[in-house]
Amino acid sequence: MRGLLEWVDARYPLTKTWNEHLAQYYAPKNFNFWYYFGSLAVLVLAIQIVSGIFLTMFYKPDANLAFASVEYIMRDVEWGWLVRYMHTTGASAFFIVVYLHMFRALLYGSYKKPRELIWVIGVAIYLVLMAEAFAGYMLPWGQMSYWGAQVIVNLFNTIPFIGGELVTWIRGDFLISDATLNRFFALHVAALPLVLIMLVFAHIVALHAVGSNNPDGVEIKKFTGDDGIPLDGIPFHPYYTVKDMIGFGVFLILFFAVVFFAPDMGGYFIEKSNFIQADPMVTPDLIHPVWYFGTFYTILRVIPDPFLGVLLMFGAVLILFFLPWLDRNPINSIRYRSAIHKLNLVTFGITFVILGWLGMKAVEPFYAELGLRFTTIYCAFFFVLWFHSKPRSFAFSWGSFLVLAAGYTYWDFLRVEAGADPTMTMTWWLLPTAYLAICLLGPLYTSFNEEKPVPARVTS
Amino acid sequence: MSYEDVNQNRRRFLVAATSVVGGAGVVGLAYPYLSTWAPSARAQAAGAPVEFDVSQVEPGQLIVVEWRGKPVWVTHRTPEMLDMLPENRPRLVDPDSEVETQQPAYAQNETRSRKPEYSVLIGICTHLGCSPSYRPEIAPSDLGENWKGGYFCACHGSRFDLAGRVWRNVPAPTNLVVPVHMYVSDTLLVVGEDEEGVAL
Repeated sequence: MRGLLEWVDARYPLTKTWNEHLAQYYAPKNFNFWYYFGSLAVLVLAIQIVSGIFLTMFYKPDANLAFASVEYIMRDVEWGWLVRYMHTTGASAFFIVVYLHMFRALLYGSYKKPRELIWVIGVAIYLVLMAEAFAGYMLPWGQMSYWGAQVIVNLFNTIPFIGGELVTWIRGDFLISDATLNRFFALHVAALPLVLIMLVFAHIVALHAVGSNNPDGVEIKKFTGDDGIPLDGIPFHPYYTVKDMIGFGVFLILFFAVVFFAPDMGGYFIEKSNFIQADPMVTPDLIHPVWYFGTFYTILRVIPDPFLGVLLMFGAVLILFFLPWLDRNPINSIRYRSAIHKLNLVTFGITFVILGWLGMKAVEPFYAELGLRFTTIYCAFFFVLWFHSKPRSFAFSWGSFLVLAAGYTYWDFLRVEAGADPTMTMTWWLLPTAYLAICLLGPLYTSFNEEKPVPARVTS
Repeated sequence: MSYEDVNQNRRRFLVAATSVVGGAGVVGLAYPYLSTWAPSARAQAAGAPVEFDVSQVEPGQLIVVEWRGKPVWVTHRTPEMLDMLPENRPRLVDPDSEVETQQPAYAQNETRSRKPEYSVLIGICTHLGCSPSYRPEIAPSDLGENWKGGYFCACHGSRFDLAGRVWRNVPAPTNLVVPVHMYVSDTLLVVGEDEEGVAL
């Protein structure tokens, strides 16, 4: 065995790679619960690739055959239902895990210097994942596959001048049809997974080059022993491989509970309309995207002008790329940042969830009002994050508050002029105003802006 | 090997020239690959503009023409029918066809057509995509005395007048769509193409 290993090592850096990335990769010793989600994302990626390959063996990417071939997998293929439900549940699980993984980065400032590129590559992974999920959702060729694709593809229609031709080019036909299904199949099973895997590889290479952040947000490489090993670091293998195994176990229990007992998750993981074959002549009552796109769908619908809505929606995703340069506060971890910063992050998390829920709802005045208010908070969050980078002057605090509040108040004024309910408008006006008042003016009048001293080394 | 007599300018030129040629090759190859995504000859044939001779439509008659998988109604409206169109105005959501997405500019008029007598509409309800039925009779018992002829959607009860304009208080939000169309001769109608080109 040793002889074989030496033979390989002389020809390929096998032991070297193992050591660099596992046995002698030193990770901070204080990882907590939030650090499960990176390895879980890799696990879900593996589940999706394996189950996806098996689905490809039975699925037919043809508008006349696709829906029936999915039913064939469910009913006639031995254990086909298990493979398919693992793939559909895996799609939602992927987003749950990735959203928690991203929120972890927000909590502990994992996107800050020197980890900006890890974050940027991560956001790129998220974008590709969204494209992958969208393409995959079309393949069963159910009603929601068809009309969801119709709505999303038609978003490009709103682009001035080239929109119409661009949409025809994407569809490859004058309506969503077999040509569209076929190319989305190719993207879903070959092109996008390849890009995804390459980006995940780059994400991990970048991580292992600069080293992991940790819940204290302090740099463990600053304190090394005589052997050059960080004093607060422990080898990834076996310590964190074992820890991640626990995470895998708990995750798989929850995952298979869904696969076995609630594979459609009450219409959230597989929407009810998707059990009806796609019919270009009949539009479903309510078209909405799967839950993981809900947040951005709400943001899209908030703006009456279609093109501006599309811009705002893409902007809401793309602004994530710039997070490392927006939040310039030198403290990484939420543990040592101010109470107001904690409130800001929690508000953002809640806002994201509520916007997602609103994305599933029909457009009624009340939901539209909520959508507008929480979209305002979503956008303001990025300003507040930048604002909290350092102490701000009295004039700048009040100035920012008044300019932002005046902006949406003027918009409200126009809406009431156009017939919006004044009581509802004024009531919900308080929501973003309270948020901005606390976050922008709070530091002037309270001590909630006090930051704690950051320890030199990790605390536990 | 000595680097002293390396001609740096020449080396830079060769690197730049190779990059430009390689880049041009990539761009040149990208064009055919991206072009494969355009509608294929088969899709274009299936979605091609449809010709139809409107002289075969008797006064008061509706004939369905299929274009891109959708029913297109060609209705020959009698002078009496046209006279009654303005009477519907108080009952309509958008009597002046102000929602621009529902018709080309040349159909934004009282009859929503290029020739007053011939109406060209996509026969799909703007509510949920059912196909309404043609009800030219006046004040039938099931539609009430205000009915001056029009299209009635049995699925959810949406009503449209003979210009495809939607009534108030019905589920459909907008007027029926007038497709892109033109007349190449007095009676030869082309659906799916007008002076500005083929519809997208």
